[in-house]
Amino acid sequence: MVIDEDRCTGCEACVAACHAENNIATVGDDEAARGRALHWIRVERYYEGDFPDIRVKYRPVLCQQCSDAPCEPVCPTYASYQNNEGLNAQIYNRCIGTRYCANACPYMVRFFNFYNPVWDKPLDLQFNPDVSLRSVGIMEKCTFCIQRIKSAEINAKAEKRPLKDGEFNSACVQSCPAGAMIFGDLNDPESRVSRLSKSNRGTTFLEELGTHPKVVYLKRDTWHDEQNA
Amino acid sequence: MNKTPEQINKDLLRPIYHATWRFYVTAAILAALVAAALFAWGYQMYYGLGISGLNRPVFWAFYITNFVFWIGISHAGTLISAILRVCNASWRRPVTRCAEAITVFSLSIAGLFPLIHLGRPWLFFWLIPYPSERGIWPQFRSPLLWDFFAINTYLIGSVTFLLLPSFPDFALIRDRASGWRRKVYGIISLGWRGTPKQWHRLEMAMRIMAVAIIPVAVSVHTIVSWDFAMAPVPGWHSTVFGPCFVAGAIFSGIAALIVAMALLRKLLHLEEYLRPIHFDNLGKLLLVMSLLWFYFVFAERLTTWYGNFPGEMSVFWSTQIGRFSPLFWTMVFCNFLIPAPILAIKKLRNKIGWTVVASVPIIIGMWLERFLIIVPSLSYKYLPYNFGTYRPSWVEIIITIGTFAAMGLLYLIFSRVFPIISIWELKLGMPKKEAAPELTTQEAAAGQTQAG
Repeated sequence: MVIDEDRCTGCEACVAACHAENNIATVGDDEAARGRALHWIRVERYYEGDFPDIRVKYRPVLCQQCSDAPCEPVCPTYASYQNNEGLNAQIYNRCIGTRYCANACPYMVRFFNFYNPVWDKPLDLQFNPDVSLRSVGIMEKCTFCIQRIKSAEINAKAEKRPLKDGEFNSACVQSCPAGAMIFGDLNDPESRVSRLSKSNRGTTFLEELGTHPKVVYLKRDTWHDEQNA
Repeated sequence: MNKTPEQINKDLLRPIYHATWRFYVTAAILAALVAAALFAWGYQMYYGLGISGLNRPVFWAFYITNFVFWIGISHAGTLISAILRVCNASWRRPVTRCAEAITVFSLSIAGLFPLIHLGRPWLFFWLIPYPSERGIWPQFRSPLLWDFFAINTYLIGSVTFLLLPSFPDFALIRDRASGWRRKVYGIISLGWRGTPKQWHRLEMAMRIMAVAIIPVAVSVHTIVSWDFAMAPVPGWHSTVFGPCFVAGAIFSGIAALIVAMALLRKLLHLEEYLRPIHFDNLGKLLLVMSLLWFYFVFAERLTTWYGNFPGEMSVFWSTQIGRFSPLFWTMVFCNFLIPAPILAIKKLRNKIGWTVVASVPIIIGMWLERFLIIVPSLSYKYLPYNFGTYRPSWVEIIITIGTFAAMGLLYLIFSRVFPIISIWELKLGMPKKEAAPELTTQEAAAGQTQAG
């Protein structure tokens, strides 16, 4: 995935789309205030400069799908593991809730079900049948909408053709009005996401930790500064 | 000490035959606290961990603090007792058993905490590698799994280490008792007759165990430290953690041992067995560990400060001058500034009361240290957007109090069932010829030459 920070307006449509697609519980105001909110993707706001010359920077943060993920080796039950497509998968049924993965993850994108999930009405009437619900006591996280990837793969296989670039999108990418997020197969050198990830604006998050994320952020270009100057 | 073997038997076996009303009242209070903790745990299992104070980003807090703390206390016994046995320090004789009992009980309590803190504790057995319908082994790269094996190894080793030298004493009780006691102690003394062959085997087994248990004890706390050090979390990912945890464990362990011994001495009237010399010697060890603790903390802080990595510095400043600084400086007072001067002055160290005054703050300080390792690092982990904090809920507080009560209760019951001082070893260390039951053994000879 590539996320262009130049384009992100911080509208949080991705957050809403993710909740709807992945049956993420809305924990309620009180619990959210206590730090128990579940948002597989969030928009982090960082402020640069002093008032009145403030620049706001939006950074949508979701699971970075690290190639060397710190969350994987620490899980004693293989609930957190790397699947053969290179995604950090979370097998809910294997999870016993040590929360070690959440501590090891430097991006804070792993979430724990402190209670059994609840939804504000009428959100409980629009569950996605392709995504399992998670019970109390287990971890959950962004899956890169693996259910969409799998169904695209199955369709392509049924029609005996290779997957096309742009044939499938994660919910957050699909809903981004500014087109700031681009999803695709990094293993395919011709895909749009592959080409964009090689941009000289491309950076990865907390690069110094050596986690080798598969999400590339395109940093804000200097033309902002030139315009403001 | 000029006591006949018969007097020793009488003094040390008294608690097994006579329990005062104070014992029953104390036991009832402690049992009520343990019951409250069990209720709180059940409540937590029913509703989920939401009723604790845990949140994102502080996913670990009181339970893991207690876990590390009790593992640390468990290093009092077996490790110290094994080192003293290997060195053949003669003054150890009245100390070893009460120390080994601390290990067994605190380790059992510590072992519960990883279960209490699980999101789905009823599935804890998935950590055990057994062929199952699920078709997968546990993840052997996970430090939690190393922990699981290390703790079980240490627990089995410590129980063996406690029971082995108890058989002659069980047999002594069996021989002097009648009725149900004779039956029960007859069974648990496993047919001990006191033949030279049995003494020889016991001595060999103890010698092997004493040497084998030392690396096990060191590895256990090193592996506990690796639960933290193996994760790329600022303040955790440090090479000094292994040795630092082992030193800290022995430190808190000795402090707990001194407090336990002082209580036993008063409650069971063992003034003539646990003498100021024992507290003085343990006090010297405690002083060394206090200095070592200060050295480790200083070395770790200084390197972090010079390293000046942004991720680490937010954790560093939060403990030095930030939100957690009151706890940090309390810890420095409790672990170094109060005990070190007391223990360094011989006149004070000689007095049992003063060694207790030095030990109690250490127990508090070492609990705080574990808390300060876990919570600040998680609260200030890398991304400022996700900084958080933690406040314990009543469930966590009651469970914490309950485990201290459980420790007291188990120890209290133990002191009524076991002779809290190893009678035969004490007799071996006595100068009188007739005091030693078997002088043919090397252990006996060593004890004699040292005492004489």
